[in-house]
Amino acid sequence: MALFEAHDLHLRFGDRVVLENVSLAFEAGKLSGIMGPNGAGKTTCFNVLTGRYKPDRGRVLFDGQDITGRSPQAIARLGVARSFQLMTLFDEFTVFENVAIALPATRQRGRDGLGQAYAEPALVTEALDILDRVGLADRADAEAKSLSYGARRALEIAVALACRPKLLFLDEPTAGLGSDGRARLADLVRKLKGLLTIVIIEHDMQFLFSLADTISVIHWGQVIAQGTPAELRANPWVETSNLGRLN
Amino acid sequence: MTQAGRPVPTFTTAMLASWLFFASVPLWIERVGLYQYLGVEILIFATYALAFNLVLGHAGLPSFGHGAFFGIGAYAFGLAQFNVVANLWLCLAAATLAAALSGALVAAFISHRRGIYYALMTIAFGQIFWFIAIKAHAITGGEDGLLKIARLPASLGVAAFDLKDNVALYYFVLVVFMGVSLLLWRLVHSPFGRIVKAIKQNETRARFVGYDVWRYKAAVLVISAALSGLAGALFAMAQTSAFPDVMSLHYSGYVVMMTLVGGGLVSFWGPVIGAGAFFLARDVIGALTTGWMLWFGLLFVVLVLFKPEGLAGMFASLTKRERKTAPAGAGRAQPQAGE
Repeated sequence: MALFEAHDLHLRFGDRVVLENVSLAFEAGKLSGIMGPNGAGKTTCFNVLTGRYKPDRGRVLFDGQDITGRSPQAIARLGVARSFQLMTLFDEFTVFENVAIALPATRQRGRDGLGQAYAEPALVTEALDILDRVGLADRADAEAKSLSYGARRALEIAVALACRPKLLFLDEPTAGLGSDGRARLADLVRKLKGLLTIVIIEHDMQFLFSLADTISVIHWGQVIAQGTPAELRANPWVETSNLGRLN
Repeated sequence: MTQAGRPVPTFTTAMLASWLFFASVPLWIERVGLYQYLGVEILIFATYALAFNLVLGHAGLPSFGHGAFFGIGAYAFGLAQFNVVANLWLCLAAATLAAALSGALVAAFISHRRGIYYALMTIAFGQIFWFIAIKAHAITGGEDGLLKIARLPASLGVAAFDLKDNVALYYFVLVVFMGVSLLLWRLVHSPFGRIVKAIKQNETRARFVGYDVWRYKAAVLVISAALSGLAGALFAMAQTSAFPDVMSLHYSGYVVMMTLVGGGLVSFWGPVIGAGAFFLARDVIGALTTGWMLWFGLLFVVLVLFKPEGLAGMFASLTKRERKTAPAGAGRAQPQAGE
């Protein structure tokens, strides 16, 4: 059984059908990709999977548990983390605190209104380790808003990693990055691959085809193709659509 | 070496300096042509504004109905001493508890809201409580207010201090102010406080890293309401009465003004500075013209337009400029004392 499954998701906004019969399965330890043109419903799909929207119909299963319609915070606490396409960081915090606030160790002390916030050495070490993994260890004391765009993209992933997720959703992690930044981000994702289950929405075909184990193509709110990168290259649907550029 | 995780000191220079300053006030306030009761008012409103700023500056929740909690504290103090027991500590506890419960009631309705919706709901609730205070004549005395509230003696078992004199009351209020400021200082630097600060910056992200955002927003309002109620009780003692007007919308606006003028958005001590500035303006400008609010209002507008960080922000940028011109090494960048 897959770690994360979505069965038959339907969602409409008013009279507009945004998701129709979407079924997806993400295997543990694998890197899965979701691609599709603008407005295809990829981010909406992420929003349903991570609890932001409740689907009109269908079920979402994580680790065998039905999590359909649960709140984002409840799903996050189970071990599902996500990054955002439009970056959402704690801008006034330092890079360190962005990560430290997202650690389960901090969350467990959320009722403590008198103690020191990040006093445990273990917590500091964990946060600095995560920053080290994304290449931001030397910027720990910088304000998040002072970072370059590429560094903010990396921090976005670091905050998600701080939740100690079993499953990591990345929504267009390379959006707005130049070729240099993309290469660095691909390296980072490659390092994480295998350590946890990753699902990536991505426009950049090269990026996705070089990293993903399986890819699902979403178009008009439906999954129109699914398979390994090699299978998709041979798929006539994909080839005839404007996604065919990838060859 | 990174500063990450460095503990925040419990006592800071700014804190001790402000306590010492306030402790010296009764010694010279009459010599500069002011009067002892003014000090009492300033300290009570400084306590109130600090409590209010937990919601406005620290949690980023625009509350325009905080006067309700202040007023409920004042009434509860009076009612407790008339109807239950005339003991200072129990009456102060009753005031704090009553305000906390009203805060919890309001929080239950508004903690899922944010921004302008939050603001409008706080105004609505503030108006409801104010209206009740005016209409529930049998309990609150209506527009006549609750009169003859006693300044109960502060009994410590072995010794009791009479607070009828303004200087004695001033020192009692100072002790409460010190306690509240210390408590809030610890609170904003605790895990709870940092999480609230994170929610202020990005509610969505906070939810997606696993925080029940509305619980934190509710808790912050309850704590702030409770401490505002405590300040209200002190005010009932100071005035020896409680009136509905402190619960009105324009009185709720005063505490917003104090907090913003002082610089509550950037500095922990900003609201204290703002409360001082407000009452000094009332008395000093008020001695020249009855329209002092016009001038204070203009100052408020100018500050918000040109220096939204308020008086504390002005002071911070002045000292920063000085540090820049100081010889290298002399002014090693210190973490902002105000933060």
